[in-house]
Amino acid sequence: MKELTVISGKGGTGKTSVTASIASLAEKRVVIDADVDAANLFLTLEHNLIETEQFQGGYKAEINPELCIGCKECFKRCQFDAIFEEITENIIPKLSKQKDEQIRDNRISPKFAIDPIACEGCGVCVHFCPTGAISFERQICGEKYISITANGPMVHARLGIAEENSGLLVSQLRQRAREMAKEQKIPLIITDGPPGIGCPVIASISNADALLIVTEPALSAIHDMKRVIKLGRQMNAAIYVCINKADLNKEISENIKEFCFDNNIKFAGEIPFDRAVVESMKMGKALVTYSDGAASKAVKEVWENVRLFMGDTMERVF
Amino acid sequence: MIVTVASGKGGTGKTTVAVNLAVTAAEAIRATQLVIAPENPENFVELIDCDVEEPNAHLFVKPQNVVKQEISTMVPAVDMALCTLCEECEKICRFSAITMIAKKIMIFPEMCHSCKGCSMVCPTGAIKESSRVLGSLLTGQSSHGFNLTWGELRVGEAMSPPLIKQVKKTITCRSGRGNSISEDINNKLSIVDAPPGTSCPAVTTLRSSDFALLVAEETPFGLNDLALTVEALKKLGVPMGIVINRADSEQKGIIDDYAEKENIEIMQRVPFSREAAKICSKGLLLVNELPEMKQCFKELYLKIVSRITQNAKESKYKKTFTKTATSSSDNSIVGRS
Amino acid sequence: MKVAVSSSGTNLESPLDPRFGRASYFLIIDTDTLAFEVKVNDQNMNLPQGAGIQAGKIVANCGVDCLITGNCGPKAYNVLQSAGVRVVTGVNGNVKEVVERFKNKEFEYSQGPNVDGHWV
Repeated sequence: MKELTVISGKGGTGKTSVTASIASLAEKRVVIDADVDAANLFLTLEHNLIETEQFQGGYKAEINPELCIGCKECFKRCQFDAIFEEITENIIPKLSKQKDEQIRDNRISPKFAIDPIACEGCGVCVHFCPTGAISFERQICGEKYISITANGPMVHARLGIAEENSGLLVSQLRQRAREMAKEQKIPLIITDGPPGIGCPVIASISNADALLIVTEPALSAIHDMKRVIKLGRQMNAAIYVCINKADLNKEISENIKEFCFDNNIKFAGEIPFDRAVVESMKMGKALVTYSDGAASKAVKEVWENVRLFMGDTMERVF
Repeated sequence: MIVTVASGKGGTGKTTVAVNLAVTAAEAIRATQLVIAPENPENFVELIDCDVEEPNAHLFVKPQNVVKQEISTMVPAVDMALCTLCEECEKICRFSAITMIAKKIMIFPEMCHSCKGCSMVCPTGAIKESSRVLGSLLTGQSSHGFNLTWGELRVGEAMSPPLIKQVKKTITCRSGRGNSISEDINNKLSIVDAPPGTSCPAVTTLRSSDFALLVAEETPFGLNDLALTVEALKKLGVPMGIVINRADSEQKGIIDDYAEKENIEIMQRVPFSREAAKICSKGLLLVNELPEMKQCFKELYLKIVSRITQNAKESKYKKTFTKTATSSSDNSIVGRS
Repeated sequence: MKVAVSSSGTNLESPLDPRFGRASYFLIIDTDTLAFEVKVNDQNMNLPQGAGIQAGKIVANCGVDCLITGNCGPKAYNVLQSAGVRVVTGVNGNVKEVVERFKNKEFEYSQGPNVDGHWV
């Protein structure tokens, strides 16, 4: 079984469009959408959802205001500025009417609360709270899906809004995809990676056999591509490059090809700018199934090259 | 005043909008002399690139006199002479960054989130502070009269939010939310270029912004990711407006329908042209090369200013209003930020 | 000699679990008598991160000389190495068969991790 991950560094170069096309061209494969916080592959690959599972992310702390005595222990220790003082003025009038003076005094002392978005889930406040007022639960951060598409399963997910642990989610999707590939004897896993070089990207490319970098002829895209190549090399993956919208700046496209040649990176091809790309997206179809135009032909060629290149990498045991 | 340029989808043109807006704002502020201390106008607009994984603004701004500083985060180091092998550090660590194996303490710096829990629980003070390099913080001056600050994540480092937080600390203007912003507008504008997505890096950047400018493109992917970002901003309570980039025509499209439904203002449409794409690809500024773009960004800048002034008035009103409203109810919580 | 094998079941007929950190069980086996002990690895199955480190610790604490598994990442490898546990990677088959092959000296000890970390 071999694993190919499609990445770019810079966003919007056309990773997902290219992935949808090669996932439609590869005869038998598992495809993963690892861009979990802005997943798009499902929009352009016809599919049938067959399985949904909750995704449990990290832990979050929460203060029970009934038990909080306002000692500031948590506030002083939090390294993430997640704990803040809550204004209690609106509960004072009610409590001051109560006879029990002690309760009232207790309630007037400042209370603390935790901003769940800023909480890192380190549990330090939980450990040091003298009254055990802080609960610590694992959070449901999203959903994982398995769908059926024409050439094999699609493993995708939706990370909750403003949730973290995207790297963990990506690792779980890839683990699931490997299990399915093994069970169903599928020889190839294609992953649509997220932009950037951070945690979900590292999770998308660790242990991948090869990376297909989709870049575009722009200085910013080259800058980003170089950083992602450096990361790919750190992770020991074979690296191939293709240029999307190559004709928007032919001079820069030539420079990219030269760069690949000088750095011993296999060049998989150029895809011209073509309105059919957006039209196919609007129809919810992969470019190669929707159109037979210039871009579609070019993507087919890119896939042929990638297949040839991948033939050189070793077949893995697992 | 902090205006953050964001989008869920990558490559919609956040950086293009941010840099061209910064140049426009710097020029406009000088021209209208809104500034109080005109002898030092470069301090009134600043551009902060928080897309630390793939920062690009400097490619367009081409800053001078760049100062680079290494940014690290705290990770533990153990003084084995003081360690009693009590394993308290391992018990508190949620990230498996510190563990005892065969009477030795092993540390995995790349797993550490710098919560300092281990040093807090260590009974003998055996945990010392060491560091892990996150990346660099860079600052330089644009010839257009503003400063650019950006972060560059070390290739191989997985966690970008700690570096983003360091980059955000350099923002010189205070967030006006809750304060009298209208005065602040005249004084200072910080334009922040956010990373794509809706998870920790984007949210870390967007928190405490006064306004979010969402750059969207008229494709199904663009719409899907725009909607995710809008949800995130609602959760964060940041007011927002939309810029449609590479607009195909003046006609209303899927983004307009969505914006109308969500009651979000479309603040500008930047038309698509191969020429504009080529200018951006070379790392040049649209406002310098195309007069129609200069006009387009000027309009956008003025709209943002008027919108923020209006927001400020409204939030002031809202603040007094909610204060009186909550004091009469028993269980509502104010002060959540 | 005592060895640990990552296993997907609780007896010697079970297939070896190629995952180390997130393996279902570890069988701690005496290679001479084939007597074995089962260590459940359930806390690691759902651990947000650091499964390899925790699994490495479990195996190291069993006092085994060698771990036989499919994939071993760099952090787990480090843990095992500092506990003096040698590692054999890239193995599949059922546990009993694997132990026999180990006794016949069919395997070579790994000089390092054979996969990248999970980075989560």
